[in-house]
Amino acid sequence: MSAFPVSSPEQGGAPLLSVRALRKTYSLPRGQTLKAVDGVSLDVLPGEVLGLVGESGCGKSTLGRCLLRLTDVSSGQITFEGQDITHLGERALRPLRQRMQMVFQDSYASLNPRRRIGDLLAEPLRVHPGPDGRKRPAAAITARLHELMDLVSLPVTALDRYPHEFSGGQRQRINIARALALSPRLVVADEPVSALDVSVQAQIVNLFADLQAQLGLTYVFVAHDLAVVRQISTRVAVMYLGAVVELGETDDVLHHPAHPYTAALTQAVPRPVVGASRHPPLRGDIPSPVARPSGCRFHTRCPMVQDRCRVEDPALHTVRPGHQVACHFPLAAD
Amino acid sequence: MPDNFPSAPVQPSPTQHTAAPLLAVRNLCVSFPSGGRMIPIVENVSFTLAERDILGLVGESGSGKSVTAMALMGLIDSPGVQITGSALFRGQELVGLPQKQLRRLRGRQIAMIFQDPMTAFTPVYTIGWQIDEQIRAHERLSRKQARARTVDLLAEMGVPDPARTADRYPHQLSGGLRQRAMIAMALSCNPALLIADEPTTALDVTVQAQILDLIRGLRTAYGSSVLLITHDMGVVAETCDTTLVLYSGRVAETGPTQALFAQPGHPYTAALLASIPPLDGPRPERLPAIAGAPPVPLERPAGCAFSPRCHYVHEACLPAPPPPLVPVGPHQSAACVLSTEGTPLPPRLISACASAAASIRHQAAPTPPPSHGEVSP
Repeated sequence: MSAFPVSSPEQGGAPLLSVRALRKTYSLPRGQTLKAVDGVSLDVLPGEVLGLVGESGCGKSTLGRCLLRLTDVSSGQITFEGQDITHLGERALRPLRQRMQMVFQDSYASLNPRRRIGDLLAEPLRVHPGPDGRKRPAAAITARLHELMDLVSLPVTALDRYPHEFSGGQRQRINIARALALSPRLVVADEPVSALDVSVQAQIVNLFADLQAQLGLTYVFVAHDLAVVRQISTRVAVMYLGAVVELGETDDVLHHPAHPYTAALTQAVPRPVVGASRHPPLRGDIPSPVARPSGCRFHTRCPMVQDRCRVEDPALHTVRPGHQVACHFPLAAD
Repeated sequence: MPDNFPSAPVQPSPTQHTAAPLLAVRNLCVSFPSGGRMIPIVENVSFTLAERDILGLVGESGSGKSVTAMALMGLIDSPGVQITGSALFRGQELVGLPQKQLRRLRGRQIAMIFQDPMTAFTPVYTIGWQIDEQIRAHERLSRKQARARTVDLLAEMGVPDPARTADRYPHQLSGGLRQRAMIAMALSCNPALLIADEPTTALDVTVQAQILDLIRGLRTAYGSSVLLITHDMGVVAETCDTTLVLYSGRVAETGPTQALFAQPGHPYTAALLASIPPLDGPRPERLPAIAGAPPVPLERPAGCAFSPRCHYVHEACLPAPPPPLVPVGPHQSAACVLSTEGTPLPPRLISACASAAASIRHQAAPTPPPSHGEVSP
């Protein structure tokens, strides 16, 4: 096992994005530190959808932002398209930003309320030069805006309207269009459907899937809703208190979890089926990331905790091909 | 979670031997004035809630579920609001009841918990102080007696170290603990009816499971009925005896939860259930999404409000008035013309998924296998 175990690059090819031993800590008053991301190593393969799941405070959003260098990391390494971007300055990052974009949860807050949709979508096209290295002509920008509206199934007339004139689902379509304006390779989506109503959520999840197939995109899809993540993801990374505790193919992880936390998490999701068997829920709350438990970070709530778990922090290791877990006593697959 | 209620006081239930429901709501309408006309936000909502029953009020944002609850509690005081219809609570009419009499009911007979316990508690007093105050507002107790009751309640709600927690301020508690404290406060006067407005929406799923267990236990431990407002069909399926589906301020469908989930009578219920991505069973290629978005109250169609988004829409759906609730099964009714036309919806295809779910969840049960004991140092 290498120092930083990496998940299955079985599909072959170099990862589009990879992070090694990534840490992000925040200093708090009284000398405390909050370890938001606590040593994460993973690869994002071209064309895959990597789901990042976990409960609030597990660091999934911070990790998502660190991947795109929207938040500076404390230590570790981020490689995008083979280039180390961990310490690149803003100016050097800018050309790369065309190829890595983000979609946020709050569709309203992420659109300037005083600007028309056409303006908002044209902004990235004006800021970044065209493929020939020169400023894009106005006609090219207009043509691209029409293409984008078509991609996200909005009428062209939407370009002349303001964000408040749209419903939440439509606004999220606009945000997606903006993220796609520069034809990125990687899109990090942070809880993009959790603010939407159930009946609208499915439309946007389908849109994400369609766009990925159509444009060959790679997603890092951050969400707390396991069912949504399952629908869209090729692989899933489960996070708990800043660390990835399980990583593997989506249905392998969700249906045959090796980590007791993943098992408890999937069982806790209420199914829209009457009479589905229920399990006793996990006890207690997630510990504060400021005072992370010793040893295994999950041991305070783990139903199968042993003495070793209280002192020794388990490393992420492979239990079966393409499936890694950070647990001393992983559950059997059967 | 019966072990959470060691010595829980069981509320004497005067209506136990009679069949009268605890709460009977008939044709409740709530309209707000806007631009010189009245906008109906809730239209002709009717339901009954039996003693010790859990009724789920489910709908998307803007469906009128919270407004319904606020109207029942007499908490809507925006100028010009019009509330009509009837809501009988143990035979007493709530609609139009003067605030002074409502105040006597609220807290003592009907209590409410909200989505965000952080904003429902005042940040400047301790949790214990606030629960004591609620108890002393309704009962003649000394501070000491009230605090003793508060600590007992917190303990029964599964709050660890309740005496110390009572001395803490809301911001010092986690979301799950705050919601437990909130439920403790709501139960402090043994209310007959607890209205819970999205009580677990702000919580993580593992904590949500704990709180839902707690709410399910209230009827046996406290004899309380619960009106649970949620947008989450999963929460309804696991918690409620009866379900009422609201769409755009109107009742789309109502019935026993089991029947309603097995064979929805309204295309909206069916489409809503179908659009939820499954966690178990095969993964669908695409989610069967509902096109469009719910109408805003001003642009609500004259006929069935769901008609613009419905697969089964035809001429009969379009003209006013909206289709009335018609029986589609035992105690189940839907506001849809399909069943009267003799073409009811087919049962929901869940058998495969449900059994797969059950088996997967059994396999994954984190019970420590005996071999682990030997491995441990």
